[in-house]
Amino acid sequence: MADEPAPKPAAPAARPAPKPAEPKVEAPAGPPDPPPPDGLAPPAIVTAVAEALPGAVTQVSHWVGDWTVITTPDRLVEVCRFLRDDPRARLDFCSDVTASDWPARERRFDVIYCLYSTSLCHRLRVKVRAGDGEPVPSVSDVWPAANWLEREVYDMFGVEIVNHPDRRRILMPDQWQGHPQRKDYPLEGPGELLLEDPIEWLRIRNQVAATDIE
Amino acid sequence: MADAPRPMFDTDELVINMGPQHPSTHGVLRVVLRLDGERVVDCDVVIGYLHRGIEKLCENRDYTQIVLITDRMDYVAAATNNLGYVETVEKLMGLEVPRRAKYIRTILAELQRIASHALWLATHAIDLGAMTVFLYCFRERELVLDLFEEYCGARLTYNAMRIGGLPFDLPPGWDGKVRAFCAILEQKIVEYEVLLTHNRIWLERTRGIGVISGPDAVAIGLSGPPLRGSGVMRDIRKHEPYAAYDEFEFDVPLGLAGDTYDRYLIRIEEFYQSIRIIRQALDGLPEGPIMGKVPRLIKPPAGETYHAIESPKGEIGYFIVADGKSASPYRFRVRPPSFCNLQALRQLIRGHLVADVVALIGSIDVVLGEVDR
Repeated sequence: MADEPAPKPAAPAARPAPKPAEPKVEAPAGPPDPPPPDGLAPPAIVTAVAEALPGAVTQVSHWVGDWTVITTPDRLVEVCRFLRDDPRARLDFCSDVTASDWPARERRFDVIYCLYSTSLCHRLRVKVRAGDGEPVPSVSDVWPAANWLEREVYDMFGVEIVNHPDRRRILMPDQWQGHPQRKDYPLEGPGELLLEDPIEWLRIRNQVAATDIE
Repeated sequence: MADAPRPMFDTDELVINMGPQHPSTHGVLRVVLRLDGERVVDCDVVIGYLHRGIEKLCENRDYTQIVLITDRMDYVAAATNNLGYVETVEKLMGLEVPRRAKYIRTILAELQRIASHALWLATHAIDLGAMTVFLYCFRERELVLDLFEEYCGARLTYNAMRIGGLPFDLPPGWDGKVRAFCAILEQKIVEYEVLLTHNRIWLERTRGIGVISGPDAVAIGLSGPPLRGSGVMRDIRKHEPYAAYDEFEFDVPLGLAGDTYDRYLIRIEEFYQSIRIIRQALDGLPEGPIMGKVPRLIKPPAGETYHAIESPKGEIGYFIVADGKSASPYRFRVRPPSFCNLQALRQLIRGHLVADVVALIGSIDVVLGEVDR
């Protein structure tokens, strides 16, 4: 195996740089968020929000039977409070809070709230778009269930959740750098060998790079 | 204050770590407890020790490869994880699943519920000191695993579903074995109940421990048996029926007090209801294909959806964003029931004794592989 002229097996001078993120080819600019088809009237719950809070709903989307209401971060808490308390909505159960990352877009994050009503048994999604560092208010005083879920969104995406009672990382270690679920975060890291034996790690890395060329 | 005599005993609050390596935390859960004597004043739940980045991993795999990865989340209920995932992709693509496949999926999901609840009862009981129940439950869980092994060859991570149907038809004679198992289990649950339900020690350890009211349980996001233990009627099998659940008759047990004992009773009753569903499914099992019409390359049109099913732990939901161009999801998100239920631990634990902490962790039924993903 060692017959190949390995280029400089032990070069302590070079500091192993982290692998650059693989550029995503033709990254989509954003989710399609298709509007509802012409013949389909939105359910009462969607029209109720639009009527009660004029200007809060910027877009309504419908796909495979799911309704999504898109709003802006500054009116998010207002919309959520309405959805929880209004007798037509009664969305008292916050199933999920998550996000998706679209780096090509100006406001790269979608923060998505999946809501459910335990009394009326219907679902609705609320979505806000936020840029990197743009504050998104916490809804954990509307639904306490959102507390950990928002912590995860902060941890994984670095979405700036403000007014959160306990905004810490939840899955990653506290001193972790970066936010793993972002699209520009590399899938693969250097591995544990880098910590144990950096010289050996560098040698293997160079070897792999040399064989790749052939 | 300076003249006050020093107390003979130190009455400060004490902070102790429970876990991450503790036999009663069901994995690598760490609970930082602030104690006043034996009473828990407050706690902080620290998770993430088993974080494997499954969501990121799935965003870089094909839709067909993800079924295998979902096994590794809630590894004691792999079939329900598979079911939730394949149904989400089928919803995105608008695929029709043959009726026979739906029935078999339902049978597998209910067998899985029995296995998961048996494991739960075993570990919950041994946490509270009931060694016999632990051995009994593992004995019955073994029978379920044998049935799964005969169906798909695996005992824990089944990879038992495919997008659009199922990989295998039932092996010959399998339904008879399932019926025989149901008959055995019905007798064995009586044994568990004889040991526990009216046992004085069990009652003392579980009744009135970790009481949560219905509205509080909804607000904190509890789902599954813990939510029904608080008397909230919510079962996705009834309210948003998936697979073939709308064709079967079954009851949804509800608790009254919302304590650990009620959550125990709910799960015991769910054993019986699962048996009932399995029997109906076996009786009405239709003939026909087990795989629907599926394109060779699974590539859903651009769009996003959230689909939830009732796993043994609660609502397991998948949120998938497809970009319409690649054969892997743009965003893959799991709503893990254990994660959301574990959030309530802090609320449940306050004011109880240290010994009750293990009872409460047990009654929530967490699987850390799913909490951390």
